[in-house]
Amino acid sequence: MSDITSLTLTDLVKNIKDKKISSEETTKAFINRGEKSRDLNAYITEDFTNALEKAKIFDQKPNFDLKLPGVPMAVKDLFCTNGVKTTAGSKILNNFIPPYESTVTQNIWNEGAILLGKLNCDEFAMGSSNETSFFGNVQSPIDKDLVPGGSSGGSASALAANLTPITIGTDTGGSIRQPASFTGTVGLKPTYGSCSRYGIVAFASSLDQAGPMSKNVKDCALLQEIISTYDEKDSTSIDFKRNAYSKELTNNIKGKKIGIPKEYTVDGMPKEIEDLWTKGIEYAKDCGAEIVEISLPHTNYALPAYYIVAPAEASSNLARYDGVKYGFRSKGENLIDMYEKTRSEGFGEEVQRRIMIGTYVLSSGYYDAYYIKAQKVRKLIKNDFDEAYKKVDAILTPSTPSAAFKIGEKTNDPVSMYLNDIFTVPVNLAGLPAISIPAGVDAKGYPLGLQIIGKAFDEQNILNIAYAMEEKIEFKNKITDWWIK
Amino acid sequence: MTKDSSEYLIERYNNVYEVVIGLEVHAQVTSNSKLFSSSSTTFGAEPNTQVSLVDAAFPGMLPVINEYCVKQAIKTGIGLKAQINKRSVFDRKNYFYADLPQGYQISQFKFPIVGEGTVILDMENGPKEVGIERLHLEQDAGKSIHDMDPQNTLVDLNRSGVALMEIVSKPDMRTPDEVSAYVKKLRSIMRYLGTCDGNMQEGSLRADVNISVRIKGSDVLGTRCEIKNVNSIKFMQMAIDYEANRQVDLIEEGKTIDQETRLFDTKKNETRSMRSKEDAHDYRYFPDPDLLPLEVTDEFIEKLKLDIPELPDEKKKRFIDKFKVSPYEATILVSDIDTAKYFEEVVAKMGKNLDIKLAVNWITGELFAVLNNKNLEISQSPISAKNLAKLINLIKNGTISGKIAKTIFELMMDGDKDPQIIVEEKGLKQESDPKALEALIDKIINDNREKAIEYKQGKEKLFGFFVGQAMKASSGKANPQLINEILKKKL
Repeated sequence: MSDITSLTLTDLVKNIKDKKISSEETTKAFINRGEKSRDLNAYITEDFTNALEKAKIFDQKPNFDLKLPGVPMAVKDLFCTNGVKTTAGSKILNNFIPPYESTVTQNIWNEGAILLGKLNCDEFAMGSSNETSFFGNVQSPIDKDLVPGGSSGGSASALAANLTPITIGTDTGGSIRQPASFTGTVGLKPTYGSCSRYGIVAFASSLDQAGPMSKNVKDCALLQEIISTYDEKDSTSIDFKRNAYSKELTNNIKGKKIGIPKEYTVDGMPKEIEDLWTKGIEYAKDCGAEIVEISLPHTNYALPAYYIVAPAEASSNLARYDGVKYGFRSKGENLIDMYEKTRSEGFGEEVQRRIMIGTYVLSSGYYDAYYIKAQKVRKLIKNDFDEAYKKVDAILTPSTPSAAFKIGEKTNDPVSMYLNDIFTVPVNLAGLPAISIPAGVDAKGYPLGLQIIGKAFDEQNILNIAYAMEEKIEFKNKITDWWIK
Repeated sequence: MTKDSSEYLIERYNNVYEVVIGLEVHAQVTSNSKLFSSSSTTFGAEPNTQVSLVDAAFPGMLPVINEYCVKQAIKTGIGLKAQINKRSVFDRKNYFYADLPQGYQISQFKFPIVGEGTVILDMENGPKEVGIERLHLEQDAGKSIHDMDPQNTLVDLNRSGVALMEIVSKPDMRTPDEVSAYVKKLRSIMRYLGTCDGNMQEGSLRADVNISVRIKGSDVLGTRCEIKNVNSIKFMQMAIDYEANRQVDLIEEGKTIDQETRLFDTKKNETRSMRSKEDAHDYRYFPDPDLLPLEVTDEFIEKLKLDIPELPDEKKKRFIDKFKVSPYEATILVSDIDTAKYFEEVVAKMGKNLDIKLAVNWITGELFAVLNNKNLEISQSPISAKNLAKLINLIKNGTISGKIAKTIFELMMDGDKDPQIIVEEKGLKQESDPKALEALIDKIINDNREKAIEYKQGKEKLFGFFVGQAMKASSGKANPQLINEILKKKL
């Protein structure tokens, strides 16, 4: 058997169920690799001692009926974990230990998984390179000083570097799919309302969705099947029939109609992205899918609309971090002074920028021009997809307009950073599911991903398409362990 | 200044001003749990013991609407004869304060759950209609306590997230008396419905008062000032009186009135500027993305309509029609649900002997006096409706006199004693045996021969003397009617 940490989740679970390896062995292997990989800075909080303890307890009385029997895994530090520090990558929550568990992580523990620790992310999930985290940059295992993407950068890096067999992220504008694309991994953003938001530190409530990140599509389907539940504690959770995604997974996508939106060819897009897309179309055809040209005419307006709606909601969602009840507090002369000092010292630059944008667009006199207009655009974008889905079953696009970039390359140019989300953002605005799968590399050998967008609640279909294409693509991630001395 | 009781005008030199008043009443919804969490709402609990993670705005916590509070708001809307909006939206009202954990209040701004309605005020000179602009649901904030610690402000979040109904009237009131009647009527309707207990001392009912003045006869509204958070009817009236005169004085001096928010200082009896329009918060309202629009069906509303009890206006009409009480008496009897209940129980318990006049007199006379003296609500009455009915029946069937009844009434207050038992124990039964009374009177006339002669000679005043002597001799138990008859015959 190859190294435990390089196994896919599916294989790992099989090995544990076949009693070839114990939970303790598995957990030790991941802890060991985690300890050797601290230079990646993927973890904010390691919970290794507890993890090992839980693994031992599991082995004493193993329940192999569970879907994740004794499987250790690390999760993005945006999920509140009972008794384990949860920071959202921010100084303002640096000392915050929640006395409750998010629904999504609870679902995972209920299936027998064990928490390894909390993974780095952009502060409050605001970023596309994991450079806004108070806890520092995350290195991509792909190459030194390369960003892993964001905001689920720690999750993507840890997964690609085999520090965790599978993980979860959150995706508000591309925060699962873009880092998956950058690190040669699979990432699914489920339909809005599929996974409960209860216990996830909120960025933009109408866009935030938790989702699985994995080494292959099958693993992704398995985790999605676990984390997606209807939850009364989240008023936007939707009670729909959820498939047994991993059991129903099939590579038979013959006759599926896949749309290619012409508007996703953007100015200045590198040729390698266009080539990747063309290759993707060929793969889809090889799988028996039918390619249909479609139009999503309002695509151009998605990014500006997103950068109004998301900051607007964020400016309000982040108002609770005021130093009064929990988290970081700075001393002030009076209440207002305390607020100002706490929030200017506690929040980083990008978070402050978005709070200010959000406050501005909601201000009286600007509300109609920005927020209301953006909501109208959002409706138009949703209508575009609705129209397209009259003709096709899914839509194929590149996941990102470029491969991963170097740390520091875009930090002084927020707009260029925001442009990273150009293919992922419309999906969040429309509340649709989309998956990113690795499909090739750029000239430097950095991974590139393809995105498959589905109809609402049609996760099974895009998982199937991704599963079929994955077989044809045969992508292999080249990880050299350069960071291990 | 006031012309007559129905008018409230302010006169200066040649100008006569009228006052235009509208109210925003904040009524706490009667509900065991909060608007968006399952925390208890019991008043007076230890600070910060009724706070959920949602109420304290912990990261990742989400609001979930309490269906019961929605029902209560709709019932109130029905009681106000108002439009029920099948679709309403919760918005966030953003501002920072230490007792506002989320940094925003969840409220309804553009699309409230209840639209236009009306309230009828029973004024002395006839009914007056006040329009309701809207009713919306919102969360209450916590409480900042500034006087318990010399260095720090303490925060109690027990109230944080408690459901409030904000009921906005149209600017239809013109006098402090109308404001008083409006608040009382609103309170009465909600108490009938069981949607708000109306307890002003505990803060379950408080109001922001909007006031402007204008030359009488004008149909243009003047610039208004809003007096925040007044928590008693008396203070509302005082605040209006002060504020209206202040505004008139400004106009008379040729100055303009600034639209602003003011506070009423109950100690100094004056209003003070709190913040001007320029300093007004920009609340950055927007639809709360954590909550879907609130949608209710016609069936849902219809079902609630079946739950609506007889309300004060209908009850008043029925009392007048059925019991032939005067409109004035009816207004008093229905003003509070507990009074109406008490009255109806007395009526029911009196049965065949029913004497409405007597029942109304005893309730609004003796009983109200006692409650007033002891500062009690009728629900805390020391005498139950059942026993009061018995007492009235004892009068009605001639067992006791009205005078003795008052003595018995006093004795009943000690543990809601049965008047029948008191009559028996104390031997207070009325003496109505003509023979016994004749003997008694013969003796009195005999003992007072001279006075009897004087009476016969025309000193008619002395008749009262004989009645008094007879009552005294019978320890007040003699049937006064019979005494009169016998005396007239014998003298």
